Amino acid sequence: MSRIAIVFDKLRVQGRKALIPFITAGDPEPAMMVPLMQELVKAGADIIELGVPFSDPMADGPTIQRSSERALKHHVGLNDVLTMVAEFRKGNTYTPVVLMGYANPVEAMGYEKFTARAKECGIDGVLTVDYPPEESAEWVKYLEHQQIDAIFLLSPTTPQARIEQVAEMARGYVYYVSLKGVTGALNLDLNDVASKLAQLRSVISIPIGVGFGIRDGGTAKAVAALADAVVVGSRIIEEIENSSKEKVLANVYHLVKSLRSAIDGADRS
Amino acid sequence: MNVYDLPDRHGHFGPYGGVFVAETLIAALEELRVQYERYRNDADFQAEFADELKHYVGRPSPIYHAKRWSAHLGGAQILLKREDLNHTGAHKINNAIGQALLARRMGKSRVIAETGAGQHGVASATVAARYGIECVVYMGSVDVERQAANVHRMKLLGATVVPVESGSRTLKDALNEAMRDWVTNIGDTFYIIGTVAGPHPYPMMVRDFQAIIGREAIVQMQEEYGRQPDALIACVGGGSNAIGLFYPYIDNNNIRMIGVEAAGHGIESGRHAATLTTGRPGVLHGNRTYLIQDENGQIIETHSISAGLDYPGVGPEHAWLKDSNRAEYVGITDDEALAAFHALCRYEGIMPALESSHALAYVAKLAPTLGRDKLLLVNLSGRGDKDMATVVARASDITL
Repeated sequence: MSRIAIVFDKLRVQGRKALIPFITAGDPEPAMMVPLMQELVKAGADIIELGVPFSDPMADGPTIQRSSERALKHHVGLNDVLTMVAEFRKGNTYTPVVLMGYANPVEAMGYEKFTARAKECGIDGVLTVDYPPEESAEWVKYLEHQQIDAIFLLSPTTPQARIEQVAEMARGYVYYVSLKGVTGALNLDLNDVASKLAQLRSVISIPIGVGFGIRDGGTAKAVAALADAVVVGSRIIEEIENSSKEKVLANVYHLVKSLRSAIDGADRS
Repeated sequence: MNVYDLPDRHGHFGPYGGVFVAETLIAALEELRVQYERYRNDADFQAEFADELKHYVGRPSPIYHAKRWSAHLGGAQILLKREDLNHTGAHKINNAIGQALLARRMGKSRVIAETGAGQHGVASATVAARYGIECVVYMGSVDVERQAANVHRMKLLGATVVPVESGSRTLKDALNEAMRDWVTNIGDTFYIIGTVAGPHPYPMMVRDFQAIIGREAIVQMQEEYGRQPDALIACVGGGSNAIGLFYPYIDNNNIRMIGVEAAGHGIESGRHAATLTTGRPGVLHGNRTYLIQDENGQIIETHSISAGLDYPGVGPEHAWLKDSNRAEYVGITDDEALAAFHALCRYEGIMPALESSHALAYVAKLAPTLGRDKLLLVNLSGRGDKDMATVVARASDITL
């Protein structure tokens, strides 16, 4: 059983929802990466999504793009990100780590080399934003060969036929992008999310995470009542961006802790 | 005989092209693909497009025999397909009209565009004014500075110009930003991509709208010279003017097709935009193609004196034409392009765009190696007024 499946099974038994924070690897600096990941776990993260910096993050808003640029100033490449995760794994063998990024760094390394290295370093899932199912057949084979989960996105505009296609290819969990636009956008419509999730659940048997637009305990709690997992990215990146080097670990811890409490509160209600 | 019929129905040119975008854009691209398939073969749509090209753009653009320059170079005859004479001064208007007509039929009230040199931005602003549609143009702040005249033109035409401050602040970043706008405003917005890049169906659609260049040339060459040219030469950034000229000739294997990329300060300097000459295949801006990238797959900032060629990718069809050896791709430096700019001004009284000057510079090398009976057809894709400040700043003998 994969680490991701174990986490969701355990949560289901406990009647709790997953909290999945997203940070960009190498932001604010490479040396902070492992401590930040440890802090996320301490604050209650169930799974960590780690962004692989890319020069042209087309699907991301300005907040995550800036974090990517900060990481790239330190020349953090895909290989460095894998090394960071291997380092994190020395002290943590249970928290799943999902890489989230764009196709080109993976293409540059090559499918075979990347998936072998990723397995070795303890990566559990990979979400490649610009590999839609149509272009993913070969890619998914390589991931499956190494038993790494292929995570896919679904959006409010995804039609039924594609949902079924994704349902067949997706492993671990699917990531529902809860609004139109880029990461970090505002205006989450919970009624839309609720009705779309019902449609997705009729086809998809693995857990569904919801992200994009979750900015505080209130929205996290509301989304947790609907989804299996809550993904928070831009809000955490903002905290990293606005914190001094001395305070960044503590500030991120408190933010994630407050999201955790809000989500657990939702579970009890 | 093999008839060229790419892309396939998934938008693939061999291993290149495709639809490499986030899920959030898939539905919009699918809507566009379905609508374009419908109007691609629709007689009314094609008739309106042809009528606009004739009466609004001023097509057909002539083929001009650059006799003095040819004689000076002492070899093959140089013929210029005068896209610089189009309304707005470049080939970009052909595609902008096609896409705007499609946007109108799809009921979109707002168009957005990315631009490098500003020619596509001007073309988009122009057609938006012509059809009464709101227009927002994304332009890297570096390009805003070096193409100020075109920024003014877009604003005078009623468009909003948004300077893009992210990344290298050039064309690729403008494209990123336009994509972000599109994904956020998918309901009412049509994204007019200016080149044969981006996700399917853009490379095919832009090619189809630009193919008027090559189709006219086939007729004009037959009428005026009784035969087709020996080679076609065009500059390649994203590659829309080149594919527009090449595409109708692809099945005619006797005719050489030569794409000219920007070698900037020279290939060995690392400061260039010669994607097909130096790049490796990868995925950017929705398609798989050759890219200028580092060993980690990060896109490298490119350089060219010409903003319109300053792009780290290239249309996927060019990637395929290179791999299949149907077309050749070569590099021309900033200095060589400038020399050709001046030559065309002095010998023919025509001021070419710096983009087109790259094609001219290559033909200036090629012509003297061939006999006087050979015909070289160059796509003079745009006029050079927009580049006056850049050129004069580098020409020590031109002062007030």
